Amino acid sequence: MSADISQQLQQQLLHAVEQRRSLRIVGGNSKAFYGREVVAETLSVAGHHGVLNYEPTELVITLRAGTPLSEVEKILDDNGQMLPFEPPAFGDKATIGGTIACNLSGPRRAYAGATRDYLLGCKIINGKGEILTFGGEVMKNVAGYDVSRLMAGAMGTLGVLLEVSLKVLPKVETEVTRLFHCSAVEALDKMHAWSQTPLPVSATSYHDSILRVRLSGASKAVNAAVSHIGGEAMENAGQYWQDLKEHRLDFFNTEKPLWRLSLASDIEPGRLVNAGEGDVLYEWGGALRWLRSDAPAQMIQAAVAELDGHASIFRYADQSTIFQPLTPGLLRIHKNLKQAFDPHNILNPGKLYPEL
Amino acid sequence: MQHSEKIESNITSVELIKALTNIVSSEAVLFEQEDLKPYECDGLSAYRAVPLVVVLPDTIEQVQQILALCHNHHVPVVARGAGTGLSGGALPHEQGVLLSLARFKNILHIDAKRRIARVQPGVRNLAISQAVDQFGLYYAPDPSSQIACTIGGNVAENSGGVHCLKYGLTVHNIQQLKIITIEGELLTIGGSGLDSAGYDLLALMTGSEGMLGVIVEVTVKLLPKPERAQVLLAAFDDVVKAGEAVGNIIAAGIIPAGLEMMDKLAISAAEDFVHAGYPLDAEAILLCELDGTNEEVSEHVLKVRAVLNSSGATEVRTAKDEAERVIFWKGRKAAFPAVGRLSPDYYCMDGTIPRKQLPRVLKTMADLSAEYNLPVANVFHAGDGNLHPLILYDANIPGELERTEEFGGKILELCVEVGGAITGEHGIGMEKINQMCVQFNSLELTQFHAVKAAFDPLGLLNPGKAVPTLHRCAEFGAMHVHKGELPFPELERF
Repeated sequence: MSADISQQLQQQLLHAVEQRRSLRIVGGNSKAFYGREVVAETLSVAGHHGVLNYEPTELVITLRAGTPLSEVEKILDDNGQMLPFEPPAFGDKATIGGTIACNLSGPRRAYAGATRDYLLGCKIINGKGEILTFGGEVMKNVAGYDVSRLMAGAMGTLGVLLEVSLKVLPKVETEVTRLFHCSAVEALDKMHAWSQTPLPVSATSYHDSILRVRLSGASKAVNAAVSHIGGEAMENAGQYWQDLKEHRLDFFNTEKPLWRLSLASDIEPGRLVNAGEGDVLYEWGGALRWLRSDAPAQMIQAAVAELDGHASIFRYADQSTIFQPLTPGLLRIHKNLKQAFDPHNILNPGKLYPEL
Repeated sequence: MQHSEKIESNITSVELIKALTNIVSSEAVLFEQEDLKPYECDGLSAYRAVPLVVVLPDTIEQVQQILALCHNHHVPVVARGAGTGLSGGALPHEQGVLLSLARFKNILHIDAKRRIARVQPGVRNLAISQAVDQFGLYYAPDPSSQIACTIGGNVAENSGGVHCLKYGLTVHNIQQLKIITIEGELLTIGGSGLDSAGYDLLALMTGSEGMLGVIVEVTVKLLPKPERAQVLLAAFDDVVKAGEAVGNIIAAGIIPAGLEMMDKLAISAAEDFVHAGYPLDAEAILLCELDGTNEEVSEHVLKVRAVLNSSGATEVRTAKDEAERVIFWKGRKAAFPAVGRLSPDYYCMDGTIPRKQLPRVLKTMADLSAEYNLPVANVFHAGDGNLHPLILYDANIPGELERTEEFGGKILELCVEVGGAITGEHGIGMEKINQMCVQFNSLELTQFHAVKAAFDPLGLLNPGKAVPTLHRCAEFGAMHVHKGELPFPELERF
């Protein structure tokens, strides 16, 4: 399946510019919970789909933004490759464009890099209705500012993604997960000890007194690593990491708001007491922590800022997502950049911050 | 050579120098011609300009005050690290301040547990790896100038190196920056987590060539040193076969730590220079480095050896020990100076291409080489498609530099034509500014200017570099149409 609706999208955008009406950009609408609410006419990108170029030996794939993530993963899988950042889909409707716009990465992130790290280039429509191309299909490209990566995580506030080029990698040969029963402090110690060595760790998680570690790579290397780190074998580990990535574990089935905390990996649990009481699930060697808490947003964000990290309500809150407030200097730059790409405030206004 | 864009300052040079000496000690302000001379160029010595004044601050507060001063008086500022850049990015502005970060050379903090190092911008790339070696860690990006180039410049250029296919560029290996805006404001970009709130300004700053802010601190990510590294050397009787072998290695599911190709001229130059034992009868050699755990490397060496043989290699050698591994690499790392011995001057290009286009690009380059009567040696980061053709010329022959630049420009345009880019790791600077008009259309260039204005509305930081004005492209476009006949001979050209 393949369809190019870039002209329609551009026309709708130009029309919105003319009438100074804002647009809510939607791919598969699978991550509608994420980000602040935008009340505006819908610009639907889902119909803009298809693989434009895929050269397995070049490690590059170029896709229209509305291409379903599941389709992308299937094509890569058929060719023995994968998206190394293991993006969550949150349902079967996710598109590659939404994946890039939200810049959410899965369990492998701490060991292989984030969504933005694999973005090589993109074609966008900016807020003036201009179709622009940045970056490309080559691994190394330092011509001009890195506008492509700026789009990752901008949640559509700077441009409508039309096409993206991504670096892909070969699938791993062998994966084994080991588990350990231990305290959070011991888990952090173990994860840091492993990270000092070239062990082929590709994911870690800790919750409910269980530390899980996934090892990926050449089978001999994985086997050697297993005998080095010990622990118990884990059954159905592949399903576990999928469920963690897609927030299908019991932990995520919560009445309380789900917070995403991004901070230095070695922050001990005791140092987060100012963020209030709550159950915590650790990922990324400790650098990502999911917190179920109904403590006031300001309190949690102040506590995390104190530790030089940032916190956002991810979902299940009455109010829409609240991202960590920016310092005045950074907010000024953000506003200037929004003005540079979307001077009439057409694209997803307020999705990320009220001022953008 | 005059490259500078005109900016009307509202301060005299005498007043400016006086004001600067109120911020830093007088020995840190250079304005005598003989003191300014060493700063007139960076690694691209064909382009030279003497700045009005050089200032060497040693605190962040001084940098803030200097930038605020320049902002208030509309004085251009060009930041400079070690000056090893190859695209004229640190070429001074004749009416401006050359802001040297050379005194910011301290490693401020190493956190082995978090695997990060917080360093000042003037710290040399290699010095970071040396300082963290005791913890079994290293900083992955390794541009070939790593012994001299500084981390601030690496961030400004988004430097790569021979290991970036597996370990990424500078943008993948930094976590936080402190920058000073042109107004003198200190901003912290990034954080101590793996991501930060808001737009990805860390990516935007990386590779921005000193156009958006002045970097005063960098937090780099460190990696555990691989348990083992092994290098294979394969010889081919045809460069196309060597190129295909690269694709076959990747198709076998292996991402080598380094994958380098050299052509016949580069091989013989390197062999003459360092005696690495390279096969002189080969049309191309591949160096393939595999790293990881001991078991992984053993497994991959066998696989790669088989792939190289089945791809038609005439010879495959595995370095028998660490000493031989080092000597295999020594030839590659010395390729530029080695080629430099063949000719009075050489001009290093930096295009990237999709690897499958290699045969076409090499063929066209050979044709152009014959047309211009200028030899080319090719050194190629084959894994990631980054081509470094070295054009041999003699600057003392009138007109030869200009012909070389024209030839180089055509190579870059060819890279764009086959779906690649005009620069993989050296940056645009002054050198490739005209080719930006080939890579990007006027709407895209206008968007770049708007990004620049979001940080520096007066255009005082590194004026005239990295992104051409539309006016300049119009002139360049006219030149294109008429090929060799320059329609406006009186206009400045680079």
